[in-house]
Amino acid sequence: MGEETTLKIQKIRNGVVIDHIPSGRALKVLKILGIDEGVTSTVSVAIHVPSRKGGWKDIVKIEDRELSDEELNRIILVAPRATINIIRDYRVVEKHRVEVPETIEGIVKCINDMCVTNKREPVRTFFTVVSKDPLRIKCVYCEAEMERDDIVENII
Amino acid sequence: MAMPMLKGKDIVSIKEMKEEEIEAVFRVADEMVPIARGEERSDLLHGYVLASLFFEPSTRTRLSFEAAMQRLGGGVIGFSSSAGTSVEKGETLADTVRMADGYSDVIVVRHPYQGAARLAAEFAEHPVINAGDGAGQHPTQTLLDLYTIKKEMGKIGGLNIGLLGDLKYGRTVHSLAYALARFRANLYFISPDILRMPRHIVREVERYTRPYETSDINEVIGDLDVLYVTRIQKERFPDPAEYRKVAGSYVIDLDLLRRAKDTFIVMHPLPRVNEISPEVDKTKHAKYFVQAFNGVPVRMALLAMVLGVR
Repeated sequence: MGEETTLKIQKIRNGVVIDHIPSGRALKVLKILGIDEGVTSTVSVAIHVPSRKGGWKDIVKIEDRELSDEELNRIILVAPRATINIIRDYRVVEKHRVEVPETIEGIVKCINDMCVTNKREPVRTFFTVVSKDPLRIKCVYCEAEMERDDIVENII
Repeated sequence: MAMPMLKGKDIVSIKEMKEEEIEAVFRVADEMVPIARGEERSDLLHGYVLASLFFEPSTRTRLSFEAAMQRLGGGVIGFSSSAGTSVEKGETLADTVRMADGYSDVIVVRHPYQGAARLAAEFAEHPVINAGDGAGQHPTQTLLDLYTIKKEMGKIGGLNIGLLGDLKYGRTVHSLAYALARFRANLYFISPDILRMPRHIVREVERYTRPYETSDINEVIGDLDVLYVTRIQKERFPDPAEYRKVAGSYVIDLDLLRRAKDTFIVMHPLPRVNEISPEVDKTKHAKYFVQAFNGVPVRMALLAMVLGVR
C-alpha cells in the first residue's frame, strides 16, 4: 500500500483491511458489515484516495474483526475488485482478491416487483451471474437483469 | 418412437428446451391432430389427472389444455381464477401447488407473477407446465407458434419472419423471437419507434442472427414468408391521437397482401381487435385460426410426453 495512504489512515494491529473498494462505496461496505452505533471495534475509513493502479478508491480497516463468508459474498457485490488483507501484529498475513461467484443465492432482492420471490412465497432469491465485469446478474425466476447500482441498492 | 425424452420434465421456459425436444413435440403433435379434431378417439391418458391451476383467467389457454387432456381420456381438476379459492385466504402458491400435486399427475399453472411456474416446479413432484407467468414466459404459446410455422411452411430455418406490433411489452414475441433465432430464421422486427424490441432481447437474438428493424411494414412486406401480428394497445400511448395514427399504419388488409409473396402467411396469437382486417380471414394467407387450433395437438403432445406415455 502506498506511503500516502498509510499516512492518512493509521495501521491496525489485528483485523482486516478491505482495499480497492470503488470510490464512494465504503459506506455501503460498512452497512453490509453492520457497522453502526453499536460498533465495538475501531474502524477507519478512507474515501476517495488515489489508487496506485490509477483512479480513485476507498479503503476500510476494521480492528479485531474477521469476515464471514456471508459478509464476503455481500462485499463482492459492491466491490467486485476488492482485496481483503488479514492483519496480525501489524503484518499482512493473508491477502486475497474477492472472486465473483457463478450464482448468488439470497443476499440480493430481485428488482422486479412482480417477481414471485417478492411475493411472500417461501423461497430465497437466486441469480446467475451474466457478466462479472461489469457485474450483471439475472433472476432465475423472472429473468430480470440487474446491473451494478441496482444490485447495490437491493442487497438484503 | 424414440425414448420418452420429456418424461417427468417441467416445461417452464422455451429456452430450456433443446431443439430435438421441440422437434419431438412437433412429431407427436402431428399424431395428435386427428384426435384433436375429434376424428379419432384415444384413451392414451386414461386414469391420469391434470390439475389446471389458473390464478388468473385465460380462456383460450385453459380451454385448450383441458380439451387436450380430455381428448386423450384424462381427467381435469382445477380452477379458472383465484376467486373463491384458498388463495384468497392468503395461501401461498407453494402450498396450493403442493396440495394439487397430491391430487394429480401433472400440473398446469397460469399466474400473474413472473417466475411463478418455476417456483411451482420446485415444490411439485409431478411435472409442471407453465401456461403463462405474468409478463414472463409462455412456452406452450411459443411451441404452438413454431409448430404452426413448421406445418404451414415445411421448415423454420431460412424463412423470412416478421414480428409486427407491440414488440416492447408483448411477451409472446420475446420468447418467439428467441426461439425463431435458434431455429435460424431471418428476423424482421416491425414496430413503432416507442414499441421497439427491448435491447436485451435483441442481444440474445443476435447470438444467432442479425434482425432487421424497421417501423414501416411496406418496406419489407414483399420479402416476408411469415408475418406474426400482435396488438398495439391504446394504453401504451400518452396521446390518443398519436395512438390512432400509429395503430392505423399497422393494419393488415388486402391492399398490403397484394404486395406479399404468394405463399405468405399471417399469424396472430389472438384475441385481435382491429389489427387484421376481417376481409383477410377468407384469404389463403390467414392462419391465425389454424394457429389457435394447433394449441390443442401441441398441448396434447406435451401432456403425453411429460407423463411419459409418448
